[in-house]
Amino acid sequence: MTVKASTPVQPVRARGIEAARARQAIWLLLPTLIAIALVAGYPLYRTFYFSLFEANLTSPDQRSFVGLGNFWFTTEDGVALGFLQDPKWWGAVKNTLLFTVVSVFLETVFGMIIALVVNSAFKGRAVLRTAMLVPWAIPTVVSAQMWAYLYNDSFGLIGRGILGGQAVLANTDTAIWALIAVDVWKTTSFMALLILAGLQSLPGDMYEAADMDGASKWTQFWRLTLPLLRPALLVALVFRSLDALRVFDIMSVMLGNVNAATTSMTGYARQALIDNQLLGLGSAVSVAVFVLIMVIVVIYVTAFRVKFD
Amino acid sequence: MNLKTTNPALYYLQRTAFYLLVLVIAAYLLAPFFWAVLTSLRAPGDLFLAPGDFIAAKTTFSNYTQVFSNPNFQRGLLYSVVVAVGSVLISLLLGSFAAYALGRFKFKGKTMVLYVILAVSVFPQIAVLSGLYTLINNLNLYNNPLGLILSYLIFTIPFTVWVLTSFVRDIPGELEEAALVDGASPLQTLFQVLFPVMMPALVTTGLLAFINAWNEYLFALTFTSTNRTVPVVIANYSGATQFDQPWGPIMAASIVVTVPLIILVLVFQRNIVSGLTAGAVKG
Repeated sequence: MTVKASTPVQPVRARGIEAARARQAIWLLLPTLIAIALVAGYPLYRTFYFSLFEANLTSPDQRSFVGLGNFWFTTEDGVALGFLQDPKWWGAVKNTLLFTVVSVFLETVFGMIIALVVNSAFKGRAVLRTAMLVPWAIPTVVSAQMWAYLYNDSFGLIGRGILGGQAVLANTDTAIWALIAVDVWKTTSFMALLILAGLQSLPGDMYEAADMDGASKWTQFWRLTLPLLRPALLVALVFRSLDALRVFDIMSVMLGNVNAATTSMTGYARQALIDNQLLGLGSAVSVAVFVLIMVIVVIYVTAFRVKFD
Repeated sequence: MNLKTTNPALYYLQRTAFYLLVLVIAAYLLAPFFWAVLTSLRAPGDLFLAPGDFIAAKTTFSNYTQVFSNPNFQRGLLYSVVVAVGSVLISLLLGSFAAYALGRFKFKGKTMVLYVILAVSVFPQIAVLSGLYTLINNLNLYNNPLGLILSYLIFTIPFTVWVLTSFVRDIPGELEEAALVDGASPLQTLFQVLFPVMMPALVTTGLLAFINAWNEYLFALTFTSTNRTVPVVIANYSGATQFDQPWGPIMAASIVVTVPLIILVLVFQRNIVSGLTAGAVKG
């Protein structure tokens, strides 16, 4: 290195330093890349690999290749074995999509309202801002148990009081709405925090100018605030949607693992993989969830031109 | 122009409506938690009471003593701390190396690496469940906290790298250049020059990663059978019989695992918000 550095030609020296910096960067990155390859890359590859085999979780080595049979396979007797032929899977897909669309929509609306309130000047603003952090800080499993208790038909404030002893969680059709309410409560704070951060980065003099021009608060919101918030809002939307699409814990805790399998895609995959020990089928379902989520990511990124970084 | 002077009636109506909205929001955010705290302080028999009588009923700490004497819960707390702290420390160490490289160095393929890390942080955990399960079994780490630490790296590493990178970018370059001129190696620069400056960022990122690891449920449920973390213990908390749901102790256990988090979050409020926005809004 010292020999190279002492050469009188400046550009070579600069390039030499840059090349050395690039090499150093690789070394700094290497541990992270290895860790990611070990815990994400290799398992993901294995999941894709197992999805093409019929295998049991307890003895993965005794497997037989079935191609796409885990996805779609009908025996000669007309028995449908592929998970894509299982109405329960499609029920889980429908419920997950409903859960995602409704809860993310409500979170965005409520998050926006709360953020706008906290962003305006009033007494007790700091208290409300602090209160906002509480639902976000509560672990998901805890909030699921808290709400399961509230919904309980013989003890719960909501289940016994408001619903008059009706067991909302016992019926999948009503349970999904109860679950949406839990997710909205838990994550609206997160949305509100992100929107609030976006609001506080907007220039104040712009609103003064709008006031001077006589624009109403309503017009200011739709014409100024919303367009300027768009980038922050979109990224928050993407992350919340992806979180909602892979939801599992709320369903598992509030409905039990058996009912979670008909209510969320992740629950369905986990039941096939762990409870039924079907390594191949479970992996195939996981692949389907992965592909679906990646397609949605691509749609989001291209349709809304979300810029990361 | 001022509503207060031109139309005081309308002004006060607006103010009242606004404060009403504030009250509704505060109640919405806090009421379920308040009710859980209250339940954790009531005797099992009081659970049947009407809300008014329930609030007025005698306060007891018996649920808490019962929870703390439960061996599953004690072990759960221990394992949760071990797993969360372990995965956070590893992620902070590896993550700060990577963030230094990504935030301060120019090299080919940097954008690629950033996108790979981002992709890992958005992909569903279920997609790696079967692969990780067999990997953990092969490494003989099933039911071992080490197995959970390993599997938690899948979300703590991308998160720490991403957030720390955005912090490293904001550090003035002069600091590092001065160290470079003095002949410090990149690792020396990182540990002696950047780490002290990055301390608040490391605390914030570590705390957020800790919260994620503390909350994790799917892997903890799947990769352990008896050495479970606290969320799994709470989710499966059962009474003497199958149909007996001991709500008092469940709420007490819930409060015990939540209160430390709430205190941490309130103490580090400002950092948390900046960390969340660095992690989420910027990407």
